[in-house]
Amino acid sequence: MKQNILTGVLLAVIALLVALPWFAPYFYIFVFTEILILGLFAVSFNLIFGFTGMLSFGHAAYFGMGAYTTAMLLLHLDWPLLYTLVAAMALSGLLALVIGFFCVRLSEVYFAMLTLAFGMMVFTIAHSWRDVTNGSDGIAGFRISEFGLGLDLVMGNPAVYYHVTLAIVVIAALVLYVISRSSFGLILKAIRQNPERVAFCGLNVRSYRLASFVIAGIFAGLAGALMAPFLRVASPELMHWSLSAEPVLMSILGGTGYFMGPFVGAALFVLLETWITSYTGAWMLFLGIVLALMVMFFRKGVLGTFLDWWMNKND
Amino acid sequence: MTDPILKISNLTKRFGGNTAVSAINLEVMPRETIAIIGPNGAGKTTFYNMVSGRMTPSNGSVELEGKDITGLPPHKISRMGVSRSFQLNNIFPEMTVQENVEVALTALHGHSRRLFNFASRNRAVQEEARQLLDKLHILDLASRRAEVISYGDKRLLEIAVVLATRPHLVLLDEPTAGMTPDETRRTTALIRQLAETGDYTFLITEHDMDVVFGLADRILVMHRGENLFFGTPEEVKNHPEVRRAYLGEDEEEEASA
Repeated sequence: MKQNILTGVLLAVIALLVALPWFAPYFYIFVFTEILILGLFAVSFNLIFGFTGMLSFGHAAYFGMGAYTTAMLLLHLDWPLLYTLVAAMALSGLLALVIGFFCVRLSEVYFAMLTLAFGMMVFTIAHSWRDVTNGSDGIAGFRISEFGLGLDLVMGNPAVYYHVTLAIVVIAALVLYVISRSSFGLILKAIRQNPERVAFCGLNVRSYRLASFVIAGIFAGLAGALMAPFLRVASPELMHWSLSAEPVLMSILGGTGYFMGPFVGAALFVLLETWITSYTGAWMLFLGIVLALMVMFFRKGVLGTFLDWWMNKND
Repeated sequence: MTDPILKISNLTKRFGGNTAVSAINLEVMPRETIAIIGPNGAGKTTFYNMVSGRMTPSNGSVELEGKDITGLPPHKISRMGVSRSFQLNNIFPEMTVQENVEVALTALHGHSRRLFNFASRNRAVQEEARQLLDKLHILDLASRRAEVISYGDKRLLEIAVVLATRPHLVLLDEPTAGMTPDETRRTTALIRQLAETGDYTFLITEHDMDVVFGLADRILVMHRGENLFFGTPEEVKNHPEVRRAYLGEDEEEEASA
């Protein structure tokens, strides 16, 4: 019963998101495009954080890799957007495979530090390799001539780009959701709770950690690939370690224990940032207070705290 | 004469200058139940850690069914048919009791590589998990979170997870430690029942002598990492050195002195 209500709420939210350009102020098309992209970024991150139990501080590397891939393919080869997204996922996944190969050997704080170190390296390469990446200016001046699949979409229209983003993010989230509930996902949850027991069940924990790391990288790459055309630039900031902190904060804000938690976190994060910065420049101070309260009193995040309370009510 | 399922030769583990296990030799025959006894620090758990792949031996070898498994990682040894429990409960605390067993079965059947199914609809695995829980008399706890069930039930759950990997050789590390007398009786009966099915060979470390003498076909007595004596329960009971070193006569003498 309650499960059905939740599914209903989710469908209603998606319907509202679809209808958003027709009732919300123009400005919110941009706000919600950003929420969707960062939400996907955060959900991909939570696959390794909330499920496999690995705290990565370098997740922006794959986000940025996706952004650069799309920007360059659009600029130099004028590919249809859809093809650039697929290429971005492939290259981000490859990068995650290479970096993950080293990182998954370590656990806990050492894993976190190594992902941070690799993230800094990738940022520095993007920042310094001017011939390819155009340095701190980044890749700009590209345009989307077509979406792909023969669809006639006016990609320059922000409302159209918002709808394309919404469709892709919903599909990607569905795929990630299925993975999180699959037999493979069960093993990831088991690894977070007790990696040793998983090894004694006959599984190579390292390979499963690596597999989840690569999947998270692939979907972070997809999110980044959607971000570059939205911002009309792929710059080193999209790989910066401070951006790696955002999915961590969003996951904790929304709740790591539920699949949709990071999406809720991303929405709160972006909306609060939008509203608060219109009154004061001290957005970070406010965010810090909210996060401190969450970590001290509501570890399960906004969605997690609410759902746990609601699911246990009256039974 | 059948071949031993487990053949330990000269197995040694040194930590720095400290020898935790020293040149242990042991041959375990299929379907046997071997108890390993000895005071805390005798090296029983270190011995287990080497057999199950958690630690690499400093010296010596471990052969399972004729194959050298010395120094292999735990997941490989597990797949070859060795499973173990731990002295401290080693389960998945945030999962339900049934899910705990499902994890092991998912691994066993190779379903763990399935990315696009729903684990909650894996009926075959669920049915098998319930059968195993039933075998250990904890089926009524199936939908409880593992961290909230009683200590004794957690130990039984760990045994269920251990058995779910379909091991030939089962290493139990103090299976009744921390149990109530009633739970201890039930668990001992259960292990005996499992041993009598002929599907398993057991190694059991245990401090409770009633459990040891109630289950073991043969007993390895360890003392300061060494093999003090290996023989039948009868021989162990009557062995003067064993009595002095382990069965508590030392302490009694000291107490009376």
